[in-house]
Amino acid sequence: MTETYDGPLLEIDRLSISFFTRLREIPAVMDFSAKIMPGEALGLVGESGCGKSTVALGVMQDLGVNGRIVGGSIKFKGRDLCTMTPEELRKVRGKEIAMIYQEPMASLNPAMKIGRQLAEVPMIHEGISEAEAMQRALEVVTDVKLPDPARILGSYPHQLSGGQQQRIVIAMALMSKPSLLILDEPTTALDVTVEAAVVELVKDLGKKYGTSMLFISHNLGLILDTCDRICVMYSGEAVERGSIEDVFDKMRHPYTQALFRSIPLPGANKNDRPLISIPGNFPLPHERPKGCNFGPRCDYFEAGRCDAQDIPMSLIDGDDRHQTRCLRQDEIDWKAPIAKAITKTKGEIGPVVLKIDNLKKYYEVAANALFGGGDKKVVKANETLSFEARESETLAIVGESGCGKSTFAKVLMGLETATSGTILVDNREIQSTAIQDRTTKDVADIQMVFQNPFDTLNPSMTVGRQIMRALEIFKYGKNDAERRDKMLRLLDVVKLPRAFADRMPRQLSGGQKQRVGIARAFAGGARIVVADEPVSALDVSVQAAVTDLLMEIQREQKTTLLFISHDLSIVRYLSDRVMVMYLGHVVELGSTDQVFQPPYHPYTEALLSAVPIADTSVQKKHIVLEGDIPSAMNPPSGCPFQTRCRWKSKVPNNLCETTVPEQVTLAPGHQIKCHLSDADLDSMEPVITIAAE
Amino acid sequence: MLIFLLRRIGTMILTALCLTFIVFWLTNLSPNLEKVAKSELGARITDAEVTSWLDKNGYNDPTILRYGQWLGVLPGWTRTDADGAITGRCIPAGADAQAAAAAPTYCGVFQGDWGFSTVFRRDVSEIIARSLALTGRLMLAVLIVMIPSALILGVLAGMREGSRTDRALSTVSIVTTATPEYVSGVVLIAVFASSAVGLKWFNGSATSAMDGITFANFTLPVLTIALYGMGYIARMTRASMTEVMTAQYIRTARLKGVSFPNIVMKHALRNALIAPFTVIMLQFPWLLNGVVITETLFNYKGFGWTLVQAAGNNDIELLLGVSVVSVFVVLITQLISDVGYVFLNPRIRIS
Amino acid sequence: MEPLSWTGSVGVFLNPLLGIAAAIFAILVIAQMVMSLFAAPVTLQSNADGTLVARAGALGTVENLLRYLVFALVLIVLAYIITGIVLPYGQTGILGAMSKRFLPIWVALILTFGLSMMFKRKLGLYGKLFDSTIGMIGFGLVMFWVYTAIFSALFGWIETFDPLGQPSDLFIAKAMKNAFPGAVFGTGTEGTFPHYLLGGDTLARDIFSRMVAGSAIVIQIAPLATLFAFMVGITLGLPAGYFKGRLDTLLSFLANLILAFPVILLFYLLVTPEIVDTGIPSFMAVVLFVFPIVFFAVLLNSRYHTQPKVRTPLLIVVLGALGWLYLSLVSQDGTVLHFMPGGLDLFDVPPGILVVFVSVVFVNAPTVFRIVRSLTLELSTRDYVAAAQTRGEGSWYIMLWEILPNARGPLIVDFCLRIGYTTILLGTLGFFGLGLPPESPDWGSTINAGRKLLSQFPHGALAPALALLSLVLGLNLLADGLREESLKD
Repeated sequence: MTETYDGPLLEIDRLSISFFTRLREIPAVMDFSAKIMPGEALGLVGESGCGKSTVALGVMQDLGVNGRIVGGSIKFKGRDLCTMTPEELRKVRGKEIAMIYQEPMASLNPAMKIGRQLAEVPMIHEGISEAEAMQRALEVVTDVKLPDPARILGSYPHQLSGGQQQRIVIAMALMSKPSLLILDEPTTALDVTVEAAVVELVKDLGKKYGTSMLFISHNLGLILDTCDRICVMYSGEAVERGSIEDVFDKMRHPYTQALFRSIPLPGANKNDRPLISIPGNFPLPHERPKGCNFGPRCDYFEAGRCDAQDIPMSLIDGDDRHQTRCLRQDEIDWKAPIAKAITKTKGEIGPVVLKIDNLKKYYEVAANALFGGGDKKVVKANETLSFEARESETLAIVGESGCGKSTFAKVLMGLETATSGTILVDNREIQSTAIQDRTTKDVADIQMVFQNPFDTLNPSMTVGRQIMRALEIFKYGKNDAERRDKMLRLLDVVKLPRAFADRMPRQLSGGQKQRVGIARAFAGGARIVVADEPVSALDVSVQAAVTDLLMEIQREQKTTLLFISHDLSIVRYLSDRVMVMYLGHVVELGSTDQVFQPPYHPYTEALLSAVPIADTSVQKKHIVLEGDIPSAMNPPSGCPFQTRCRWKSKVPNNLCETTVPEQVTLAPGHQIKCHLSDADLDSMEPVITIAAE
Repeated sequence: MLIFLLRRIGTMILTALCLTFIVFWLTNLSPNLEKVAKSELGARITDAEVTSWLDKNGYNDPTILRYGQWLGVLPGWTRTDADGAITGRCIPAGADAQAAAAAPTYCGVFQGDWGFSTVFRRDVSEIIARSLALTGRLMLAVLIVMIPSALILGVLAGMREGSRTDRALSTVSIVTTATPEYVSGVVLIAVFASSAVGLKWFNGSATSAMDGITFANFTLPVLTIALYGMGYIARMTRASMTEVMTAQYIRTARLKGVSFPNIVMKHALRNALIAPFTVIMLQFPWLLNGVVITETLFNYKGFGWTLVQAAGNNDIELLLGVSVVSVFVVLITQLISDVGYVFLNPRIRIS
Repeated sequence: MEPLSWTGSVGVFLNPLLGIAAAIFAILVIAQMVMSLFAAPVTLQSNADGTLVARAGALGTVENLLRYLVFALVLIVLAYIITGIVLPYGQTGILGAMSKRFLPIWVALILTFGLSMMFKRKLGLYGKLFDSTIGMIGFGLVMFWVYTAIFSALFGWIETFDPLGQPSDLFIAKAMKNAFPGAVFGTGTEGTFPHYLLGGDTLARDIFSRMVAGSAIVIQIAPLATLFAFMVGITLGLPAGYFKGRLDTLLSFLANLILAFPVILLFYLLVTPEIVDTGIPSFMAVVLFVFPIVFFAVLLNSRYHTQPKVRTPLLIVVLGALGWLYLSLVSQDGTVLHFMPGGLDLFDVPPGILVVFVSVVFVNAPTVFRIVRSLTLELSTRDYVAAAQTRGEGSWYIMLWEILPNARGPLIVDFCLRIGYTTILLGTLGFFGLGLPPESPDWGSTINAGRKLLSQFPHGALAPALALLSLVLGLNLLADGLREESLKD
């Protein structure tokens, strides 16, 4: 074996990969080079469709029937992977290079016990006996910090939670102690607090096993947390690469810069320092411009130069292997302050529009879904929700899966009726009026923007018709001509060209679809809009634009916005008040400043620490929660958070496990649901501190 | 699991009751009964004679009561004539008073009394037992030929989607699904058993197979039934296999370094066979169809042939018996399919 | 006049060619399959200029040879057809005579394909069909029979003799009874068509003409019956999948009830003269044919209920027309249901056909119901459905305008498959002599008539059997092509 080899572990040189369809060749990756030294972690960052996953599959030589490497080489420990026979490749895969992907559930064979799936790896590569392999599996499962490893080895994948499954996938990758680990968005499908724990684990194990890593993500914060070096990709090309510090603090490519300016970092604020979105759209692979791919969207674009010829990577003097694909890197003043955007005046907060009092929503479900019968179980999806929302106010509802935020939205919309408590809209009770029985005005007043842009529009109806249908239902206008006119004006409002009215949804990009969704929600002049993670499925550069659009419409129409999200960065950026939910309970409620500063509810504290922040000057306190979020079907006794709370020991008499804490008011408008004494709460330190520059 | 089984069996019994009642009702509609009367007494009888014959034989009771009697949950009718002779459902024709008194009160399907066939002049249960045994042999041969070949065809085709092997095998299975038994039977006979083509390899009739199965007399009927079902199962297997082969966990296995044969055998096969298993079981109503056509075509006097005879000759009791049996066969296979699915699929079994 | 041989004089050259090509083709296909089982998968490497590396070695040679052979086979078959059209009658044998007889169909097919190929990018899913070889072959087979049915039913262009009548001359009738393919009709100079191209049946009728006439019956009933089954299945499947709960349980139970019934038993119970006398099929028709009306009424009402001015006249016109059709269809002379005065009753369907139609719809509807139900279950979790709900749309609008259009892909594919299945069912009915009158030229009945003499005179049953096979095969291939193309989006 080449154990004595001490050059770069992986060396990708001018790699080009194309996919071949019936119509044309689609270049997915062009002229991509990278180098990973032993023990090093390289982050690959970019928006969806930029080719980052294709690079990973190219390394694994698993591009499918249509994909071909059309140029360049991939050397692993000095041997070219592209010229290996299938037999040689098989020896490398799993043994030397292992890969982890996004969907843990899909990556595990549903009909095979975990133990066998794990043991298979060393049995193939090292030819050891099954008993020995099982022993190894037990060790590795212990290493990935799963409780009761022996039981887990004997179970099937579907019996584990998402976080546990991802740990198993990681364990499987580590079974033969590979020298390179490729992680393709390994945490995207997980909740924030679980994600934090998995990332922590990957980092630790990488160190322990001395494994190099290729970490693919769209999240700059995650890359900052895990990697030594970073490579930014745009539209099939690497545009900038270098060490984390160089790229984060001294970026030398306009795209990198624009990317950083479009993500909500702790300093950003919707009124004084708004986000700057990248203008234009991501080019389709077969519509890439000549010259610099980023040219058409670049602020520093110089016609006749940037679009003249292909642009090579060039080294930046003085930095450690820091390269950029920009001709004007020396001419641009990288330190120039962000052009002062027009400071927007905040909308005046008006009277209370929505008042929720002691709202409860319980479901009865059969204990055993498939076989039916048996006992009925009560799932408490919402437990005593009380809050108010005012005109022009943005109230963020924060929480992870199973916290009850979607149920609340359903009850508010009238898709479900409340079990008890009241919902007052302009002092009218609507909690028990199902949507069919609501007046057109009530329905038009409360509208919703959905999470998944690919799902929010009916794929077989034109964009214009869908908006017009909403107008029709809200009884706007006398005839189709009037409605069409209004629809076109709505498209103007959401900054879409009027020509889009006659397009089918599949012809629109994700961000554009989301804009249509917003136009549709505001068609009836909605006064309360529930936005359910409206930007979480969008690319970073589009997120900023859609968020800004929402804010702008809100300012003009004095809408009350209920912004549901798990992303605390964006919540901090745009909301006036924040409500944190956990397993159906509101654990903390207060103004944005109050919630983001100590004293926190212990869950808020953990949540704040879990969110990756792409800013090297931010210091974060390190809090990793144990275990997974309990199922709402089977909640813990007492305080819902007690199973994972690190402060539990400070409360005497085992109170946390026995009684649900009362709502405590800490400051005017700031309430938390916790047993901790005032002294303990006061002793909390801020999770995020920004180092002085 | 037990609750699930009980519920399934409950639904099954309810379905069986509904279906047998429908069959009972349809076969006992008045035109059918009149036809029976005419065939018993001669075609030239008057309407009044028909009515009195029906009345005398208990056919004029409400359908639901007669259904109960037929099932054996209601006492069979008895009637005392003007001359004192007692007739009744459970009393053999021409029995004297003593025998009539000794006859059981209930005589229906539950008591094992399936009635008397007017065409074959024998007990229904006897005919059904004989014909079921014959059809059982045929079905066994069909299953032995059909299932392995269908699964192999499907797995080979689905293993590498889009390859030439896939296309060739898929075309074969599409062609067989487009060939109903009465077409494939005709073609097979014409090619392999007719004097016109001259390849007289096999017999064009399976009548002799009732006494002893030989290669010559059994091949064509078995092939005829197996071909039609085979294509369908093969296509289901292929679809299931291609879906599994593109699943993420197969990629995981490939990137673990598992070799292609091992991926197919260890990782894909079990997952890919779950769906076809259900399909095979749900194929039974179809196979029954094929059996009827094939037995008619090849003149093999099994269950399907009996069905055609019973239905064609308005033999009510026999038709009822045949229907009950076929409905039960179908329902039991459905039950097996449900239970088997749960066993094959670990995702459902444990939860 | 001489009796026609199968291929006539051109056969001397073409037959051996075809035989050799077909034999090599078969051997190569098998060889290729066996070899590919052991061959390594194609590697990902491409040449420096971006072209792909072709598979080398024996397997590669086999693959290339196969490609040429397919081409050669197609050419030979085309040669049969074209020589048949071009050369004078009689020289090219039965095949040539038939291809001459089918001339209008060849023209229609070439026009259809030419036009469709020209505008294929503008024709949506139908246009994409022309990207798939399988789909094109299937479409060609289906359209062949569709045009045959149209031209023979409307213009009588294709058939050579009366498909129902026997020859009036007893001497000729005796000679033509069970005549072999290509037999001379009489002396060949009666002023009629000179030959029985595919021979004669037991009643001395021309099998070729009967086969052609049979296509008209199948093409009339099968798609229409399938359409009705879809209407029933959709109208019941949508609410079952959308509302779930008790309604779903009840409807699913009923569907399973019908599905557990062996089809043949059902046919024997429904399609007998006695049952027809009781009027049960007529009442079933009353129930089943209501569904399209319900479907369209709900479809239009849910869409336009916000605009009463458009809705009301629209509904009156559409429902009036549909209702009239419905009443005319349901009301039948000579059955229990005869209530329409003669002047208003637009048409009467022969009772045999109506019964067949009803039972075929009845058998197919539960399967469609199950498909629609499962599609609805899946689609109703989408956000656009939730969006419609939050705007306060009615349930039927959501089902018919938000869910149904998005389920159309799988439904269209299943529609094609189901027409094939319905064709098979119709054949089954004919095979058992159920429903249609015994002299009817439909394929099932003809097979049934021919099967008794199968070992001496196989041609009587073989011709309709192969016709049915090709139509169903065409439909299956078409469905396969459509599925493949619709998945590519």
